This record gives sequence, structure tokens and C-alpha cells, in this order.
Amino acid sequence: MLSVEGLDVRLGGNHILRDVSLTVGDGDTVAVLGPSGSGKSTLLRAVAGLVPIESGSIRWDGRDVTTVPTHLRGFGLMFQGYALFPHMDVAGNVGFGLRMGGRSPAEVATLVGAALDWVGLAGFGDRSIGDLSGGEKQRVALARTLAPEPALVMLDEPLGALDRSLRERLLVETRSILRERGVTALVVTHDRDEAAALSHRLALMRDGSIVQSGTLDQILAEPADDWVREFLG
Amino acid sequence: MKTIRGGRLLVAAVPALFIGYFFLYPVARILTLGLSELGVGSDGVQARLFQIGWFTMWQAVLSTVLTLLVAAPMTWAVAQYDFRGRRLATALVTVPFVLPTVVVGSAFVALGWRDSVGAILAAHVFFNVAVVVRTVGALWSRLDPNLHDAGRVLGASEWKVFWTITLPLLRPAIAAAAAIVFLFTFTSFGVVLILGGFRFATLEVEIYRQAVTLFDLPLAAALAVVQLVGVTGALYGYSRYQERHTATWALRSEKDRPRPTGRARVLVGASVVGTLTALAIPIVVLVARSLQPGSYRALIRDDPVVGVPMASAGNSLLYAVLASLIAVTIGVMAAAVITGGKGRLSNWFDLTLMLPLGTSAVTIGFGFIVALDRPVDLRASFWLVPIAHALVAVPFVVRTTVPTLRSIPAEIREAARVLGASPLRVWREIDLPIMSRAALVGAGFAFVVSLGEFGATSFVARPNTATLPVMIFRLLSRPGAGSFAMAMALAVILAALTAAIVLWIDRAQFGEIGAF
Repeated sequence: MLSVEGLDVRLGGNHILRDVSLTVGDGDTVAVLGPSGSGKSTLLRAVAGLVPIESGSIRWDGRDVTTVPTHLRGFGLMFQGYALFPHMDVAGNVGFGLRMGGRSPAEVATLVGAALDWVGLAGFGDRSIGDLSGGEKQRVALARTLAPEPALVMLDEPLGALDRSLRERLLVETRSILRERGVTALVVTHDRDEAAALSHRLALMRDGSIVQSGTLDQILAEPADDWVREFLG
Repeated sequence: MKTIRGGRLLVAAVPALFIGYFFLYPVARILTLGLSELGVGSDGVQARLFQIGWFTMWQAVLSTVLTLLVAAPMTWAVAQYDFRGRRLATALVTVPFVLPTVVVGSAFVALGWRDSVGAILAAHVFFNVAVVVRTVGALWSRLDPNLHDAGRVLGASEWKVFWTITLPLLRPAIAAAAAIVFLFTFTSFGVVLILGGFRFATLEVEIYRQAVTLFDLPLAAALAVVQLVGVTGALYGYSRYQERHTATWALRSEKDRPRPTGRARVLVGASVVGTLTALAIPIVVLVARSLQPGSYRALIRDDPVVGVPMASAGNSLLYAVLASLIAVTIGVMAAAVITGGKGRLSNWFDLTLMLPLGTSAVTIGFGFIVALDRPVDLRASFWLVPIAHALVAVPFVVRTTVPTLRSIPAEIREAARVLGASPLRVWREIDLPIMSRAALVGAGFAFVVSLGEFGATSFVARPNTATLPVMIFRLLSRPGAGSFAMAMALAVILAALTAAIVLWIDRAQFGEIGAF
């Protein structure tokens, strides 16, 4: 279980996150929903250990990981622009985390094959990154994030860079992949429907603070203020 | 966070020690020695210094002006027009620039042009035309044509537009090209040593003569101080000029140029063919004069004085391999430090590593002789030659790798960290493979620099392990038609080797496009 308590982050003099607290139960998916610039991505980067934290704590199953370096945290993060390694092929990308985890080449090959299967890209291993379509890139990034079976999976606008028709198809796919694998996930998005479809619970974020959290129905029934009502439309 | 910073300092220490011990410290020793000599120097010394300094100055200014004038027609043609063979012409005009100075000197000797200022000036123009064509041409071809058209519509003639609009707009590029040509010709060594005879010496040549032939190290150091002051002054003046004149006016992307028609067609043809013919003559004559009967075969025979001339090719190749390895190691580490942060360390590194490029090669070689007796006496070491070459080549490696490292998006490194890669592992898995091609190109440059390096080598090469340029110079300095033909033949071999590697670099760089 992930529990974030009283997180404050300042970057270049700007107060990006203010006293953010949040929990994600095992096997749960929580979506952080908010307009662009509200600090959602920074929250993920802070949990991953990519930005320095001013105060607050990040715990996994009760263990404080706030000062653990990124590469030892064992969390997965799928970047908004995917951040695929341009000098490696699809298998190289998907197997990267497994190699870092010290798996043998044979294990890596097997697990890469399995991960590509989950995302419907069986046989794509030797493709080069430059030859992939937008949707294929998204799925490679998802497979790369899931392959090492991280304790927590974080997805930053997982469908943000895709066009409308593709989004709808991949939304269903991504959702079923996350559910089937029973992963604990934290998803960031600015799209209400996407958040509702992917997650069990929502956390609404504005100007670096979490305004309200709960299921979509709960929030719609009792919006905390006018901004929430308007934002959820 | 702390360990990352500590690791970075450790990586920074290697290039810092290298540049500190092999460059900054020797230059400091030269300054100490030279300034004390300047203090006690007799009137005779002062007059000699002034005379040589004055010659160095005016030949450099005249060479620069002549280069600008000679390069103008070709620059105009390739910047303004598209024609068949345009790319080939631009490539060919660059050939003299990549030739080792000793080869250029030999080519003008082959023309029978020795012991004269005219030969020195001509060789300098021959060498540097490419600088002007490339630097000025790059800006000229991107000037917004509407500015020209607006001038014409407002009633200005073609010439009037050129003088009042085009030329002022091109001023930054012309200044940049002139600064580079001035620096090259002010510090010119091989060409002047070969073509100047005993009458004409630049500061570089005189430093060499005083130090190597006459063993007057204090006087040589005094000359080196004058030289350093001159180079620093020129660089400072140019950077001040750039500061005051950086303007960002409307530039277009380099798109389709018109094909020349009518009178322009004749002028373009004459400019391109004329320039290329003039540049080809020295090379053609060099090759022709090397083709004396038996001249190439003589290169593999043992000579009582210089040994087997062809053995110098083996020495050169060995030195070039070692110099490239050193330069790539140091350069890549430096590039990692430069791109690893934005702090003062980065800027300081960036600047200091460029210094050997601005300083003359002779100063580097001379500095080795003056300074490297402590803590261990390295002055007779085999390693001095590859280290001197690496020092000159490191800036090239840094310049090729830094842009590639900077082009790697931060997210890619972050993705690797999230997937479990430690900082060192990120460097090995991401940075290193992505920039390997750029590093290879840098190594190619280092190889070419090492093959042709003459200034520093002439100080530190041991007699029995002469490099190609040193051997060519020795053969040229010997009387006799046989030696002369051998020198020509060896110069052709050096030129061919250099050209082959430059061609390879050019092709390797083409593959680079579109990496991200």
C-alpha cells in the first residue's frame, strides 16, 4: 500500500505541491484528476524520487522510502511522452528493467515475450522504436513499465498523446491489462472519463492541492465546492 | 544526491589533471621564463622581438584580407545559386583546409615558390578559402531574399543593394571568418617554416629556431609570451565585437536556391571553375613532381641519415591511434562533466578545454620541453607525442559529443532510473551508446589532427621515431633532387591518408541525421 503524507515540493521558487496526502490500497487504482499545470505529474515524479521533496513522507507498506534513490524504489512510471530508448529495439526497451533487476538473458527473453503478449504486440521484439505508430509506442511503454512487475505502477497521461479513436480503443485495453494483472496503480489524467474508466477512486487536484477524493459518484453527489462541480461538468 | 555530485567531481578530476599538467602548468612556466627574459632583455633582443612580431602581424592581416577577396566569388556562387555539382564544389573547396600544413608547404615548394612572402601568403589563402566559403556562405544562403528584393524595388542597383544591404547583413559571418583566418595565419608554423626560408620568420618559427636550433630557451619563452599576448588580444577583440554585434534578423530556412541564368550563369561558372582550378594547381603539381622514377621506391630503402622514410608512416599511425584513444577518453569525460550540470564547473571546463585550440601548437610543444622535468623527467618520453596530439584533439572530441549528449531528453535518463538503473548504469546504458557515433567521429578528427600535427611534434619527436610531417620536413631541408622527390612522394601519401579519413568522417556524420 502506498501512503503519501503532507508532501510539499518547490521547484525553482514555485510551490508545486502543497501538503498532498494520498493512499493507494493494494490492487487499487487511484486516478489523480486535474487541469494541466495543477501539479499532477510532479506528484508522480515525487513518488518516483525524481524531484527533491521539501517536506512530507512517502511510505510503501509502512516502510519510509522518501530518501531511497529512484533506481532502488521498485516503482514503475510510464512517462507522458513514453520516453522510449531510441537506441534500443522494442525488446531492448521492454527488457531494460528486467536486466537492471539482474535477470538472466534467458529469463529476460521469456518475460519480454510475455509482456509483449499482454499488450498485443507479440513478435514486435526486433522492431526499431522509430518504426512504431503512436499507439504501438504507447503499448511498448506500458509493457516496459509492467514487465519488471513493479510494486506500484504510475501512469502519466497514459493516453494523452493519442488521437481520439485510438484513445477509446486503448482505454479499454489498458484498463483490462491493469485489472487482469491486479496491479496497484496511480494514474494521472486531465480527462474525467479516462479517470473514471481506469480507476476505482479519484483524487481531484488543483494548484498543487488535493481538493476532494472518492469515487466519481460520491464526488458528483457531494461536490466540495463550485470549482469541483464546474470541473466535472 | 551527494554521491552523484561526488562521482561527478571524480570524473572531472581526470580531464582537469590532464589539461592542468600538460597545458596550464607548461604555459605558466613559459610565462615565468619569458617575462623575466623580457625584463632583462638587451635592446638587441627587444628590436628582434619587435621585428618578428611586426612581420607576424602584417602577414596575418594581409593573408586574411587576401583570403576574403579570393573566396568572395565562390562564396557568392554557392550561397546564392543552385547548380549541378554545387555540393561537390563545396566539398572540393574544403580539401585544402584538411590537408596537413606540411603537405601545403610541400605543394608550394613543388611549384618552385620558396623563400618569399608571396609563397607564404599564397599558401595561407589556399589553406583558408574554405573557412570563408563555409562560414560566410552559411549565413548568406539564409538571408531573407525579401530584403534584397525590397532594396531593388526601392530603386537600388544590384551593386548598391550588395553594398548597402547584403554586405552589412553578412558582417557577423565575415568577422567570424576573418577572426579564424587571422588566428590560423598568425600562429602559422609549418607553412612559414618551409616557405619562409631564413629571411621570413613568424613568432612560431622563431620560437622553434631559438628553442630547438639555438637552445636559447629564455628568448624562445619571451617570443612565446608575445605570441600568447597576440592570440589572447585577437580572441578578446573578436568576442567583444561579437557581443556588440549579435543581431537576430529575419533568416529563412535554407530552401531552394534559383538556378543561375544569363549573365549570372557565366559569372557562377567562372567563379566556381576558376577557384577550384586555382586550388587544384598546387595539389596536381605536388602529385606530378612526386612521380619521379624511383621516388616512391626510395621511401622503403634505408637512408644513412633519416633511416627508412616509410617507417615514419608506421610511427604516425601508432601515434594517431594512441592520441585518438587519449583524446576520446579525456574528451568524453569532459563532455560528461560539461553536460552533467549548468554550474560554474561546466562553464569553466568548457572554456579551459578549448584553450589548446586557441594557443599555438608550437607553444604546447615548447611548454613540454620547458616544464615537464618535474616531478619525473618526461621530456624524452615516447608518450609526449601522443599526449601533445591529444591535447590539440580534445576540443574536437568535446565539440562533437557535447551536442549529442545535450540532445538526449531528460525523460529518457529518468525512465532508465525508474526502471532500476543506478546513475553509473544510466551513463553506460543511455549516454554512452547514444553518443558512441559522435565519439567515433571525434576520434576520427583526433586521428586526422594527429597525422598532420607538426608544430608540437617538431619539439618532442625523437629522431628515431619521426612522424610523417617531421620526415617530410627533414627530406625537404636536405639538398638534392632525390630527397626532394622523396619528400613530395611522402607528402602525397600523407595527403591521401588524411583525405581517406576525412571522407570516412563525412559519411559517418551523414548517418547521424534524424536520430531523434
